[in-house]
Amino acid sequence: MSRIRNVFAALKQSGRKALIPFVTAGDPNPEKTVPLMHAMVKSGANLIELGVPFSDPMADGPVIQRASERALAHHVTLRKVLGMVAEFRKQDAETPVVLMGYANPIEAMGYEQFATMAATSGVDGVLTVDYPPEECAEFVSVLKRHGIDTIFLLSPTTEPARVQRVVDAASGFIYYVSLRGVTGAANLDVADVASKVAAIRQHTALPIGVGFGVRDAATAKAISEIGDAVVVGSRTVQEVENSSENDVVANVGKLIAELRSAIDAK
Amino acid sequence: MGKYDFPDAGGHFGQFGGIYMAETLIPAVEELRRQYLHFRDDPEFKAEFAHELKYYVGRPSPIYHAKRLSEHFGGAQIYLKREDLNHTGAHKINNAIGQALLAKRMGKKRVIAETGAGMHGVATATVAARFGMECIVYMGAEDVQRQAPNVFRMKLLGATVVPVESGSRTLKDACNEAIRDWVTNVESTFYIFGTAAGPHPYPMMVRDFQCVIGNEAKVQMPELIGRQPDAVIACVGGGSNAIGIFHPYIEEEGVQLIGVEAGGHGIASGQHAAPLTGNAKVGVLHGNKVYLMQDEDGQIIETHSISAGLDYPGVGPEHCLLKDIHRAQYVAIDDDEAINAFDALCKFEGIIPALESSHALAHAIKIAPTMGKDKVLLVNLSGRGDKDMNTVARIKGITL
Repeated sequence: MSRIRNVFAALKQSGRKALIPFVTAGDPNPEKTVPLMHAMVKSGANLIELGVPFSDPMADGPVIQRASERALAHHVTLRKVLGMVAEFRKQDAETPVVLMGYANPIEAMGYEQFATMAATSGVDGVLTVDYPPEECAEFVSVLKRHGIDTIFLLSPTTEPARVQRVVDAASGFIYYVSLRGVTGAANLDVADVASKVAAIRQHTALPIGVGFGVRDAATAKAISEIGDAVVVGSRTVQEVENSSENDVVANVGKLIAELRSAIDAK
Repeated sequence: MGKYDFPDAGGHFGQFGGIYMAETLIPAVEELRRQYLHFRDDPEFKAEFAHELKYYVGRPSPIYHAKRLSEHFGGAQIYLKREDLNHTGAHKINNAIGQALLAKRMGKKRVIAETGAGMHGVATATVAARFGMECIVYMGAEDVQRQAPNVFRMKLLGATVVPVESGSRTLKDACNEAIRDWVTNVESTFYIFGTAAGPHPYPMMVRDFQCVIGNEAKVQMPELIGRQPDAVIACVGGGSNAIGIFHPYIEEEGVQLIGVEAGGHGIASGQHAAPLTGNAKVGVLHGNKVYLMQDEDGQIIETHSISAGLDYPGVGPEHCLLKDIHRAQYVAIDDDEAINAFDALCKFEGIIPALESSHALAHAIKIAPTMGKDKVLLVNLSGRGDKDMNTVARIKGITL
């Protein structure tokens, strides 16, 4: 039984929604990543999205771009990210970890080696921004063989006919991008998100996480009433950026706790 | 060889190409593909494109026999396809016009572009003015410095030039930023992509628009010398001028095709922009799978070339295929060789070539002496060198 499925099943039973924070691995430095992951779990995160730094993060706004640059300045490679996940797993056997990043580091490592190492390290899912289903059938099947889910994005611009093709390739959960634009953009239209998510549910029984544009307790709460999970990316990374190295773990933990209580509030 | 028919319906040139894009942009490239496939065979679209090329760009561009240059170096005769004589001074305008006509039909009033040397930015700013569209050009901050005259030209033409400070502050980063703009403004905006790379349909569409170069040459060469040239030589950054002149010749087996990459400080130095010659690994960047300069962890590495237009870590997917099937040969010319060729063309022919095109010329000068006088090399002189005055002056230690 996959950790991702377990988490969503358990939350559903208790009538709660998942909180999925994103941090870039190696930001602000490689030593902080595992403590940050544990702190986020302790504060109520149900699943961790771990960004794999890339030199050319085309789909990311300035906040996550800078996180990638900080991590790359510490030479954080895909191998090192997998090492961080393995380290995290020593103390946490339950919380799913999804890697989010771009295709080229995986291309460079090779699918089979990546999948083997990811499975050994305890990675549960992989979201590769620039692998649409059309280009990654082989990748999906290699990951599947190693018990790793492939998470795909759906966006406000995805046409209905295409939604089915994307959800057919997906496992674990669906990540609905609630905004046009790069990560960290502004102005979430909650009503529009609600109607799009409802439309996606016609095509799939997979849980739907909603992200891009969740910036405070209020938006987290609003989104949690629509999706099965709230993904908080740029806001979390911003907290990392604005914190001193000494405070970063505590500050991010506090942010996640605030979001958690907003989501859980009746 | 058999019938050459690429790309496939998904935009693949063998293992290369494709659509490696974030989901947010998939509908946009899909819509672009549908519209392009519709209009490329539309007689009215074709007629308007041909009309613009003739009366606005000034086509056909002539082919010129560089006799003094050929005599000086000895051996094969060097002919130049004069894309530098086009309006705006480079081949880039051919593609910019084609895409602007498509944008107009798709009802897009805002166009964006990335630019390296600035020639594609100038071409896009030009057509935006010509068709009354808003124009934003993304340009690496380093390129803004080294191509200042082109920045000024774009501004004169009414475009907004946005210097890109992220990453290596060159062409690839300008591409990233243009893609981010497109994701954000996808409904209002047409991305006029400058080279034969990126997600499908761009490599095919840009190639098709640039094929006017090779199609003309195939008619002009027999008029001039009674036959086709022995080799066609073109510089390759992303590779749009090269694919434009190569593609019509692909099934002419007697014509050798030679792509010239930027050797920078030399392939051995690692400081170059020659993924094909430098045997880079296959990778994914900017929407397509291509040979890509990267470190062992798959991070894109910074490239070096004296010429901003060639300073790019990838290369168009069709060139990757042409290399693999051995239909084209790829070589590298380093910075110094390019400068020597630049000087030679100024001195012997009274033509100031772009530093990009100087790479192609340098290879012609290198191989001409090894060939007989009856052999003919056709060099695509893809652009003029006015934009490079600052760079060349700096190299020569002159303050303008």
